[in-house]
Amino acid sequence: MAPFLLIALLLVYLFTLNSFKAKKMGHPAEVEVLSKALSGIGVDEKSLVSILTKSHHEHKRSIRRGCSQFFFEDERQFERWNDDAIKTLKGEFKRFKDAVVLSLMHPWERDARLLKKALKKGPQQYGVIVEIACTRSSEQLLGARKAYHSLFERSIEEDLAAHIKGSERKLLVALVSAYRYEGPKVKEDTAKSEAKALLNAIKNADKRRLIEDEEVIRILTTRSKPHLKEVYEQYKKISGKSITEDFEAELFLKETIECLCTPHTYFTKVFDTALRVDANEDAKKALTRLITTQEAGNFKGVSAKFAHKIEERVKGAYKDVLLGVLARGEMNGQV
Amino acid sequence: MATLIAPDHPSAVEDAEALQKACKGICIDILQLDHAIIQKTLLNNEKDLIKKLSEKWLKRGSLETQRENSPKQMATIDVPHQVSFLEDAEALRKACQGWGTDEKAIISVLGHRNAAQRKQIRLAYEELYQEDLIKRLESELSGDFEKAVYRWVLDPADRDAVLANVAIKKISPDHHVVIEISCTRSPEELLAVRRAYQARYKHSLEEDVAAHTKGDIRKLLVALVSAFRYDGEEINTRLANSEANILHDAIKDKAFNHEEVVRILSTRSKMQLMATFNRYRDDQGTTITKKLLGESGDEFLVALRTAVRCFNDPKKYFEKVLRNSIKGIGTDEDALTRVIVTRAEKDLKEIKDLYHKRNSMPLEQVVAKDTSGDYKAFLLTLLGKED
Repeated sequence: MAPFLLIALLLVYLFTLNSFKAKKMGHPAEVEVLSKALSGIGVDEKSLVSILTKSHHEHKRSIRRGCSQFFFEDERQFERWNDDAIKTLKGEFKRFKDAVVLSLMHPWERDARLLKKALKKGPQQYGVIVEIACTRSSEQLLGARKAYHSLFERSIEEDLAAHIKGSERKLLVALVSAYRYEGPKVKEDTAKSEAKALLNAIKNADKRRLIEDEEVIRILTTRSKPHLKEVYEQYKKISGKSITEDFEAELFLKETIECLCTPHTYFTKVFDTALRVDANEDAKKALTRLITTQEAGNFKGVSAKFAHKIEERVKGAYKDVLLGVLARGEMNGQV
Repeated sequence: MATLIAPDHPSAVEDAEALQKACKGICIDILQLDHAIIQKTLLNNEKDLIKKLSEKWLKRGSLETQRENSPKQMATIDVPHQVSFLEDAEALRKACQGWGTDEKAIISVLGHRNAAQRKQIRLAYEELYQEDLIKRLESELSGDFEKAVYRWVLDPADRDAVLANVAIKKISPDHHVVIEISCTRSPEELLAVRRAYQARYKHSLEEDVAAHTKGDIRKLLVALVSAFRYDGEEINTRLANSEANILHDAIKDKAFNHEEVVRILSTRSKMQLMATFNRYRDDQGTTITKKLLGESGDEFLVALRTAVRCFNDPKKYFEKVLRNSIKGIGTDEDALTRVIVTRAEKDLKEIKDLYHKRNSMPLEQVVAKDTSGDYKAFLLTLLGKED
């Protein structure tokens, strides 16, 4: 009788020992859920809620011990949050709030604030200025300029001209001041000769930088969008290549042309960059900016192309917003 | 060869009822009225109904005049208190009918109506006679008189668009007209000009300016024309100081086409620019316009100076344009017409006073001496001469 009892006790002891060990290492499944919920774009609120409601102190400790990308062992023997991780998390949680605020804002105020921010941040963000100036309609851009007066008591061209010192100043101020004709009328002859002028500029690019070429600036910053699309076609005919290929060296010019002539290409590029694993904060912010400012119809085909990546990388309420906007785009193409 | 389109089975009772109905209320929406009924009414001289229609138009006219009654002390045109657009349209029609044209009638009507009223008259004329008043006037009149009346009848924004287009399309473009328009109009007015230009010419204003100019002058003009300046009163004195210095350095080095000069002139608000110019004058002891005097062959320098003068003191600028247009042998009718027509409802009175002071002669006297015929009569009416 007694030996059986002993063996039974031994077995029970071993069991509890094992389960203690498991607790000390953190439940691998939950650690994985946590890591997944907090990585990528946006946060998976539902999973986080389920983890948080486990109020058991030991449980949380074991989670901390298991998540080495978020916690580390402090010299005074406690598991400490990684400061960088907190900063990243702040950004990810903020993403949904930014999407909400931006999407409810009046488009004029939105664009005015985006322009101001881009100017403040400096040259890496000047691409946003190009994007806004080139993808808005003439009236929308005008509205943004008016809102800028109200918000900042200056004109946008005043601030751009005063703060941008480099060669891109001319291009950016002119883009933002444009009030392009929006009718369909296009003169093929003019388009042909302007395509030739652009080709000429490319040929002389080693003597004079494209962004400083008068004719290039004139054509890109004053002509109507239908006209520029015709110039794009004519250019392909006479040179065999697309303007965007040839202007590869000048980033702002390239993006100007893309946004004006082939906006779909531009949007696809932004999505692609934002959904990469190594995407930086600016690239992810671009995603929010696009889905809250662009007509949903501009994203036709995007959801199919990026469905897999979105599923992988984007989380929670933010993902719902993204998918919702893209779905509306597939439906009828209008906001 | 009657042109009246009348229904097959007219019923006098029904027509009368229709007109009565249309006359109910404060204003009639003349667009609701059937053309045939109106023409028939007028032809048959149904005096009561005409009177009622006129009264309604009168009321509408005086409503318009009330709204327009901002303190336009400096305008020179003399507008009566009560205006009937219907009667005006009729009078103009009568003036254009038959052989020859009654230019005096045209002057006496159009020369005493402000922009809002002229617009209503055009609408009434279109409704009554199914033709564009402007086209009719173009075909009836000629020469400098026609040009002046044409510009006068257009909406201010449309007018500026036409003036700009004419200036740009010249073989040797009139830069100063483009500069004048971009610098003396308010930001909202300039915007309206750009819209009107697009509607009329299917190109944007900046597009055409850019395509017809080159080099430094292109940079300046395109920038001036594209500006949507902040129109607040705030001034940053520190900024005025630093930008006055920038201008001084550029002028000192004779680097007038310096990017910074164009930047400042084409982006800063008007109030800010005035502060900058004042600061310049205080620092340098002389006005910036004096410093910009140079060879008249340097078209960029001339353009720069024009822009600065337009910002600094537009009335003085216009007085000089007027003075230059009538002095000496020959008259620059384009310039004379342009200034009088575009300023008659704004500040022509002050400009007249400036002229009188400067030249010891009233402007009307010199205009009367240098022009003739209907053109002269029209200009004098716009200058405020009593008939």
